[in-house]
Amino acid sequence: MRKIGTPYLLLIPGMGFLLIFFLLPIFNLAQTSTQTPKDGGDTGQYEQTFRLANYADAIFENREQFGRSFLYALITTILALAIAYPLAYAIAFKGGRFKNVMLVLVIAPFFVSFLLRTIAWKQILGEEGFVVPVLRSLQIISESTTLTSSPFAVVMGMTYNFLPFMTLPLYASIDRIDPRTLEASGDLYANGFTTFRKVTLPLSMPGVVAGTLLTFIPAAGDYVNAAILGSPQTKMLGNVIESRYFRIVDYPTAAALSFTLMAAILILVTIYVRKAGTEELV
Amino acid sequence: MKTISRWFGRNLIRIYAAIAFTYLFIPVAYTFVFSFNDSAKSNLIWKGFTFANWQNPCGAPEVCTALGNSIKIGFLATLFSTILGTMIAFAIGRHKFKGRSSTNLLIFLPMATPEIVLGASLLSLFLVFQINPGFWPTVIAHVLFCMSFVVVTVKARIASLDPRLEQAAMDLYANERETFRRVTLPLVAPGIAAAALLAFSLSFDDFIITNFNSGTMTTFPKFVYVSAARGIPAQANVIGSAMFILALTIVILGQFVGRKRKVS
Repeated sequence: MRKIGTPYLLLIPGMGFLLIFFLLPIFNLAQTSTQTPKDGGDTGQYEQTFRLANYADAIFENREQFGRSFLYALITTILALAIAYPLAYAIAFKGGRFKNVMLVLVIAPFFVSFLLRTIAWKQILGEEGFVVPVLRSLQIISESTTLTSSPFAVVMGMTYNFLPFMTLPLYASIDRIDPRTLEASGDLYANGFTTFRKVTLPLSMPGVVAGTLLTFIPAAGDYVNAAILGSPQTKMLGNVIESRYFRIVDYPTAAALSFTLMAAILILVTIYVRKAGTEELV
Repeated sequence: MKTISRWFGRNLIRIYAAIAFTYLFIPVAYTFVFSFNDSAKSNLIWKGFTFANWQNPCGAPEVCTALGNSIKIGFLATLFSTILGTMIAFAIGRHKFKGRSSTNLLIFLPMATPEIVLGASLLSLFLVFQINPGFWPTVIAHVLFCMSFVVVTVKARIASLDPRLEQAAMDLYANERETFRRVTLPLVAPGIAAAALLAFSLSFDDFIITNFNSGTMTTFPKFVYVSAARGIPAQANVIGSAMFILALTIVILGQFVGRKRKVS
């Protein structure tokens, strides 16, 4: 018989690690977020005064970037879902013997650094790239319009970068669907659309939930796409946190913003998971 | 005309998949093509074809130091996160115990936390304990975000195992240890390998958490980000393309070996 202690022995190292390097830092972050500059101290020196107004100040000051982060992340998630769902469906049901090859191709771009690929997009969409001249000659965009340094470029870059995170979980759950259930639906006089709505989509819901979470969460906290493909007008919360930390050494504001971002995401995720009705996530 | 539109109707989803793959591979192709660009410093405009960058991938200053650091960090982070994560996956997947659901929650939380928050909070912890950011803090940070992905991947594999295989081993007088070593572990091994591969690629490609915790040490993504301002040397494209080819070769070989084993 299995000993009762075994699971705990297996858990201790990993859980200890998470306790020290995840929970403790988050606790520490919460502490930093209510500090204020030390009287007579140098820049970057703070003392604990439990000033909760730090949060109100930080959020009010950066409300635009806050809204933008969540808006961009939402659009990114919807676009990625729209691109990835048919792709995952095609791999699962039409892949045949090329299934594994196609799956590898989805992950393959990962191995070229995502920064190199994002910068490649900047070049491709930039003035020297091949997209702008084509669109101009077709008069789709005007002479003065640029594609980079725009919300379009930032959202496109994020959609691109998070697409594999959406495709893989979708594939995993679509692939598990028994094709006979789809045939059965057809036999019961459901047309293609009804079959999709009543059979395929509900059965693939765990993949939709996992994929949208794996896209939305990193997208909401991202700052790299906005930094490379955007302009000062497309700054997201991540850009603010990064510059508060490294350039302004304003740790309390950075901590308050980080903590708020984390809390907002957790609340949204909880509501979403409840609504979507999947009980076990991990 | 009618046959053409019917062909489109029938192959719509395939055409869609082809377009999606094109979208995925445009920047990869661009990176590859520009690794052959004959440009001295900034690799922005096509100046002519050359093999020089491929013959001398370490030609640009710092680029190979950065690559070396990334590989070392990736290796250590993969090793630790795979060991810790697999242990947790076995505990959750194979045992019922008190606190199982809070364990699940604690595993999920790092995945639900944006990288920038993980990176920033870990940095402030290191600063409180007066540990300078650098190599080991970066390794710790990478273990942190890779571990949850390892747990999820290995757990899925354990859950898909047929329990009758282990029962059969026990029926054939294998004790618990033998059953684990000769039946369970070999069956879970592909999941562990996939998790390790995932951990390495996540670690190798990470920028945000690394940027917070690495101090003055460069890694390959950091090198790319920093040099983006003044133009990335073509050597970076060479390394990106080489990693892509290498990874693809390993995965395809792995597939091939896996298939062969299945046949025999």
